[in-house]
Amino acid sequence: MSTRISVGLATCGLACGAQAVYDELARLARETSAQARNGDEVTLRKVGCLGMCHREPLVEVERDGTRILYGEVSPEIAARIFEDHVLGGRPVAEHAIGLGTDEEPDTFFAPQTRIVLRNCGQLDPEDLTEARARGVYGAFERVLKGMDPEEVIDTVTRSGLRGRGGAGFPTGRKWRFCREAEGEPKYLVCNADEGDPGAFMDRSVLEGDPHSVIEGMLIAAYAIGATQGYVYVRAEYPLAIRHLRKALDDARAAGLLGADILGAGFAFDLAIKKGAGAFVCGEETALIASIEGRRGMPRLRPPFPAQSGLWGRPTNINNVETFAAVPWILARGAEAFAAIGTDKSKGTKVFALAGKVRRGGLVEVPMGMPLREVIEGIGGGVPRGEVKAVQMGGPSGGCIPASLMDTRVDYEEVTATGAIMGSGGMVVLDESACMVDIARFFLDFTQKESCGKCTFCRVGTKRMLEILTRITEGQGQPEDLDALEELSAATKRASLCGLGQTAPNPVLTTLRYFRDEYEEHIRDKRCPAGRCKALLTYTIDPEACVGCTACAKACPVGAISGEPKQAHVIDQVTCIRCGRCVDACRFDAVKVT
Amino acid sequence: MAQEPISTQVLDRILERCGRDGSATIPILQAIQAEAGYVPVEAMKYVAAHTDIDATRLYGVATFYTQFRLKPVGRTMIRVCHGTACHVAGAERITAAVRDALGLADEDDTTSDQRFTVDEVACLGCCSLAPVIMVGETTHGKLTPDKVRKVIAGYRDTGAAAEESA
Repeated sequence: MSTRISVGLATCGLACGAQAVYDELARLARETSAQARNGDEVTLRKVGCLGMCHREPLVEVERDGTRILYGEVSPEIAARIFEDHVLGGRPVAEHAIGLGTDEEPDTFFAPQTRIVLRNCGQLDPEDLTEARARGVYGAFERVLKGMDPEEVIDTVTRSGLRGRGGAGFPTGRKWRFCREAEGEPKYLVCNADEGDPGAFMDRSVLEGDPHSVIEGMLIAAYAIGATQGYVYVRAEYPLAIRHLRKALDDARAAGLLGADILGAGFAFDLAIKKGAGAFVCGEETALIASIEGRRGMPRLRPPFPAQSGLWGRPTNINNVETFAAVPWILARGAEAFAAIGTDKSKGTKVFALAGKVRRGGLVEVPMGMPLREVIEGIGGGVPRGEVKAVQMGGPSGGCIPASLMDTRVDYEEVTATGAIMGSGGMVVLDESACMVDIARFFLDFTQKESCGKCTFCRVGTKRMLEILTRITEGQGQPEDLDALEELSAATKRASLCGLGQTAPNPVLTTLRYFRDEYEEHIRDKRCPAGRCKALLTYTIDPEACVGCTACAKACPVGAISGEPKQAHVIDQVTCIRCGRCVDACRFDAVKVT
Repeated sequence: MAQEPISTQVLDRILERCGRDGSATIPILQAIQAEAGYVPVEAMKYVAAHTDIDATRLYGVATFYTQFRLKPVGRTMIRVCHGTACHVAGAERITAAVRDALGLADEDDTTSDQRFTVDEVACLGCCSLAPVIMVGETTHGKLTPDKVRKVIAGYRDTGAAAEESA
């Protein structure tokens, strides 16, 4: 009897204590093999992200050809699973995620189509042999032996694949530009500088399936004629860098990278470039400047990187998710990919579903799925209350209101709402989110991240941030809204790169769909969501207060007074509205209005 | 300061490994920070004197990217995520709880014993576990102010925070 145990050990799993679970299972597995019980063969492996972040740590047991997934596993639960299920053959029902059973139909994985995430959580990312057994590098081998570069580009073009980094430019066309450009050598870059707050699919793919990204890059390099490649990855992703480095070493040792790859006379090698933290480096020309060792500032295009990129040579840049989709397209054919999706958006898109949603995680859906199905179907809706809006596309995107939940996941449809598809961050907001605060949050981000080259991006975002801050502090003026619109239009028009051109989107979409909320802040000095600190009042309910003095001790400014065992009082003039008393009170006596 | 934050031998080794032309600028600065915990101005001057890279370029790059710090920091970095999901999940209160637990005054980011430095970062990419902090290279998720106090106390008491202020 062979049993295989997989533990999800990506960053999300580790953050929830998956390492302790793995260690416990490893200890038990060692003991078992020492006792050689019934000749049972137990293999334990580390896998990447399984996508169900809301149930981490995750353990999957495959026995007798059936797989059972366990959620929220502690070392103690792991020990029970090992004893009852792995050794005894009796699944531990109370901790199993009953996917597809009568009691608990699978609404999480069943509606998904996993192309980019096909191997995530299904293999040990540090094991090249296992990856190859699952077919990774198979598409590349066939390409290398039986297709010429033109055919590869033609296949990718016909598949309809568009850049998954955000802008959605057709990948095949981009490759052709670079192939046809004059100049040697040609460079290939993988953009893994996932800078959008709210997006983590690139991290998960690199952590969970690095070989497929390398395979996608090999295919692209062959098609374009590139000899050197770089993966530009955020320094904030240490595990992704570690897995990628191991994967590169193993691939090189196996003759999949370097000179004369697989004896076919094709040469290509890859190096890791650690990004040093600059959101603007998501922009291609800024990313190139950064690899060259300069400040990451964009420049005017044309010339496009395809003509003059890294060190003035033809350069092609694609995102992690784009590269990960490429081997699937070459293996299954352009038609199979193009059969999924809408008229202009083909294939699937990975979303990082987070915020106020029951089942957050990494989900991959066919293009064209309505937002409602993603958020309410797969995500299970908000835990309490109603969806207010969904933030898509990070700082370059916008807030799509609940009334537009029938919008389909499609580049053009999402753009029509004023948001953008972006890299795939999808943060669900409920009634507790203040839309002015959200706009201020993103402007604070873009204002800090502006490289400073274009005046409107540098100064315009600063002025917009000042106005938004003023509104959230109850100092807004009626004419502020017109000023925001005027500054937005000017910043969009007068900025060189995507950062400035899209920075006003969070402001414009919230103004368009939630203008009344802005007006309430300005006119009534009131934040309907109860979020903007300056507009809140903290009081203690004398009925609920037991006089434990916990709040008075927590208050950093000594605003709370009262005798022990007597109801306490907050001095409104001294109070700085930090909320520490709310956290300190165990009797729900501190009220916020 | 009695002791140099980074020796010339270490710097020579870094230059040997990273190279001496312009494209090595960021790797050199990253290596210096990995050794010293920050990028000392003297180290940049030394690099400028021994490579093809100008001091102005080194300083320009060091001040452009958020990763680089020009001042000494504690041995362990505590990064509090202020990404979108963490923001809506109350990242501000998490920051306050971290600072409270470390006993930091408003104007300080580093504890007086030089053990911990608190930093607010844009997004750690663990949005489904919001709110999140990263201590050294270990991520902690689904936090409340109360859990934060326990996490920090765990590092303080055991000293288990492997001194990894990358």
